[in-house]
Amino acid sequence: MKKQRPVNLQLNTISFPPAAITSILHRITGVALFVALLFVIWAWAVSVSSPDGFALVSEQLNGWLGKFIAIGTISALSYHILGGVRHLIMDTGRWEELESGNASAKAIIGIWIILTIVVGVVLW
Amino acid sequence: MVTSQASLKRDGVQDYVTIRATAIIMTAFSLYMAWFFLATPQITYEVWHGLFASLAMKVFTLATLLSIMLHIRIGLWQVLTDYVKAPGLRAALQFILNLIAFVYVAVGLFVLWGV
Repeated sequence: MKKQRPVNLQLNTISFPPAAITSILHRITGVALFVALLFVIWAWAVSVSSPDGFALVSEQLNGWLGKFIAIGTISALSYHILGGVRHLIMDTGRWEELESGNASAKAIIGIWIILTIVVGVVLW
Repeated sequence: MVTSQASLKRDGVQDYVTIRATAIIMTAFSLYMAWFFLATPQITYEVWHGLFASLAMKVFTLATLLSIMLHIRIGLWQVLTDYVKAPGLRAALQFILNLIAFVYVAVGLFVLWGV
């Protein structure tokens, strides 16, 4: 079947609406958290098992790589939770219109950026 | 139409409920841990070890780890079916990644056992 629809391949003229950005961020942070759990569960298992392990993890968390992973994990988790709460509210029938949906999308991205900056400053 | 969802004999309604039920448990655990880190002035090995020594915290932690596994099972299925089109590769990825999710739970269980 021949498609008669117009095709727009000029990518710089396409912009995602806020609700679409929250959707893709929810996926990215979800996958990121799965990977981050490797580090989180390793750190938890080692630190809780022996005083030596606790000292090792404390040392790692004071290094730049440890701090980077910790801040990244908390940032991804906070976004995923905010996006999840937005989904739960949408399950009740709220924020489903174009205006309210985009407003709530912008709001959680805003809260997430502020939270990430605060966590980053405190932990670094 | 794709009828089989994240696992055998599971439908969309079950996935819908599971992803939300597990999300509530994980959010509660995250908030509790955030409160612990904020409210504890100096976290030493004794304080950290003591936190996971209580039976209630062991149950809460295991419930969270199981929630992670169930939540990952559904979320991973959603992402993989959208982006990985080759059935063999997708099956292999789903097998390996779900196995890793199970390892998270198993590691958690045995660590909690020893605390």
